[in-house]
Amino acid sequence: MPAVRCVDVCKTYRQGDLEVKGLDHVSLEIEDGGFVCLSAPSGGGKTTLLNAIGGLHRIDTGEIWIADKRIDELGKAEMASMRLHKIGFVFQAYNLIPVLTARENVEFVMEVQGVPAEQRLDRSTGILEEVGLKGLEDRRPAKMSGGQQQRVAVARAIASRPALVLADEPTANLDSHTAEQLMELFVELNTRRQTTFVIATHDQRVMKYARRIVRMLDGRVVGDSVREAA
Amino acid sequence: MRGSLRVTLRLAWRNLWRNYRRTLIMLAAVVVGVWAMIFMTALMRGMVDDMVKDGIRTLPGHVQVHHPSFQDDPSVANSLDPPTDTLLEVLDRPEVVAWASRIKVPAVVSSERNTRGVVLVGIDPERERDLSFVAGDMAEGRFLEGPEDQGLVVGRRLLERLETDLGKRVVVMSQDRENEIADRGFRVVGVYDSRLQAQEEGFIFAGRATVQRLLQMDDQVSEIAVLGLDYRNVDGLRDRVAAAAGPGVAVQAWPELEPYLGSMLPMMDGFVLVWIVVVFLALAFGLVNTLVMAVFERVREIGLMLALGMTPGHIRSQIVAESTFLLALGLLVGDVLAWLTIRPLEKGIDLSIVGEGLEMFGAASVLYPAFRWEDVVLANVIVLVLGFLASLSPAIRASRYEPVEALTKV
Repeated sequence: MPAVRCVDVCKTYRQGDLEVKGLDHVSLEIEDGGFVCLSAPSGGGKTTLLNAIGGLHRIDTGEIWIADKRIDELGKAEMASMRLHKIGFVFQAYNLIPVLTARENVEFVMEVQGVPAEQRLDRSTGILEEVGLKGLEDRRPAKMSGGQQQRVAVARAIASRPALVLADEPTANLDSHTAEQLMELFVELNTRRQTTFVIATHDQRVMKYARRIVRMLDGRVVGDSVREAA
Repeated sequence: MRGSLRVTLRLAWRNLWRNYRRTLIMLAAVVVGVWAMIFMTALMRGMVDDMVKDGIRTLPGHVQVHHPSFQDDPSVANSLDPPTDTLLEVLDRPEVVAWASRIKVPAVVSSERNTRGVVLVGIDPERERDLSFVAGDMAEGRFLEGPEDQGLVVGRRLLERLETDLGKRVVVMSQDRENEIADRGFRVVGVYDSRLQAQEEGFIFAGRATVQRLLQMDDQVSEIAVLGLDYRNVDGLRDRVAAAAGPGVAVQAWPELEPYLGSMLPMMDGFVLVWIVVVFLALAFGLVNTLVMAVFERVREIGLMLALGMTPGHIRSQIVAESTFLLALGLLVGDVLAWLTIRPLEKGIDLSIVGEGLEMFGAASVLYPAFRWEDVVLANVIVLVLGFLASLSPAIRASRYEPVEALTKV
C-alpha cells in the first residue's frame, strides 16, 4: 500500500483578483519508505501539494489518501489527530515554539499525544544526541543557531515516530555544511526506520539525496524520475 | 488528555511572561481593580452594618414576640403573658445573647410647661443593658436601677421640648386595662442621647414593675425582645422562638419589624454586585486588548501548533488559561492587599469632618469597614467567570486560523 496517494487533485486560490491554479489535476503515489523530492520553481505547486498531503489546507476536488485513510474528507479535529499521530512536519522557518526549550520542543508532539514522561525523556534524549544537539537540551530557540533550530525541528518531526515526514524547503536557511548534515540525517532515518520522506525543494544539494524526484510546473506534475541516491 | 492539558498550561504560563511589561501593567490594573472592589465593598458594608446595628439597638432586637394585634394597636389590651418555661428554655440557649420583656404603650408626658405624646417603655434595666441603646447612651443622671425603679429616663430633646430638667417631676398619663386614664408623677432621673432625634423625643423609660402597676397589668408584658448572635441570620432563631412561644402570639424578626432597615441588606447586596461588575467591565477592556495583542503576536506559532496536531480546542484553552492565570494572580495579590489595608482600619475611620451629613441618614461619624469573606469570594468568582467569558472572543479568534494561513502570516 502506498504511503501517499493523490488522485486528480485540484486546488485553486485567489491572489487579489486573480484565480491561481495551485494544483492542476495532480495524481501521484508515493511508496511506503520512499524518499521523494517535489521539485519545482517558485510558484510551481510543490508547497501547495505538500500542504495538501499534510491536510494543512483543503483541496477543491480529487482525493488524498495517507496509507488507507482518505484525508480530504476529514473534519478539522480528525485531521488534527491524523497530523498528530501519522505525520511529522519540518517547515522552512518559524519551526519551533519560542517559549519551550529544545527538549520541550522535541517532546511537544509526544506530550500532546499523551506519551508517558519517561518514554518522552528517553526518546528526546536519544534523538537530540542523534541530531548532534547533546548538551543543548535546555536552550530556548532564541539562543540557538538556524541550523541547530532546524535540527531540533527534525528531531521533533521524527521523535513521535510518524510514518510520514513532510519537509518544506528544510535547507533554505542553512549553510551548505549544515544542509548536508541535515540531509544525511534524513537519509539515515529513512534507511534505518523506513520513514517515508517527502521533501519540497528546488535546492540541488537536497535533490541529489532523493531516490525519486517529482517535477512540477504551474501546479502540474511534469516529470517523475526514480534514481539512485548519491 | 492529561499530556495536552499539561503542555497547554505550560505554554499559557510562559506566554504570559513573554511580554512581561505588558503583563505587569495588566496585572497592576487587575490588582487595583480587585482591591477597589473589596475595599470599597468593606466601607459600604461597614456603613450599612452600622446603620442596621444601630437600628436594631434602638429597641427591636433580632426577634420579638407580641400579641397578634399589638402591631396594629399597641395598647395595654394587646398584652402577653410573661415567658413560659418552654420559651425560657429557648431564651437561655447560647444562641441568645440577651432577651428582655417590656411594656410598651402610648402615653402623654407633661411638665409644668408642655405636654408631649410619647411611647412609655417599662423595662428591666439589667436585661436591657446588652439589648438596647439606652443604658450605654446616658448623658446625664443615672440609668434605671431595677424593674421597681420609680424614676424616669427621657431623651435630651424631649427634655428641651418639655422645658423641664433633670431631677424635676413630670406626669405620665396612659390608659389601663379597664380603659381608664392611669397617671402618676415620675422624677426625671436620667437623660439619654440618641443619634436620631425622633428617638430622643419619642421614648421614655421607667421600671417595668412600676409601669405594670400603673396600668394594672399584673405580670403581663407588651413584648419580648430577643437578641441573637448574628443579625443576618435570624430566621432559625425566629422559628425556634415561635415554636416555643406556641400559638396565639406573633413572632417576627427585625426585617419585618423595621421594613426600611430590612430592605437595606438586600439593597446593599445588589449594590455590591453592581459595583463589582462595573469595576470588572473597566478591567475587561484592558484584558481583552492584552489577549488580542498576544494572539496577533503569535499567529505563526498558533499555525505551527495547529499544523503539528493541536486542535482548535487546545488553542482556545491556551488563551483562556493565559487569561485565567493573569486574573488569578491579580486576584491573589488584590485580595491580600485589600485585607492588609482593611485590617488596620477595622478600629474605625474617623469621618467627623462630614459627621453631620452622615448622621442625617443614620450613619455614624466613625466608619468601621466590614471585611467579609463572602464579598471576597463573590468578587473572585465574578472576576474569574466574567474573565473567562471576556477571553472567549480572542480565544475563538485564535482557534479559527487555518494552519497554512497562520504560518505564512507576516
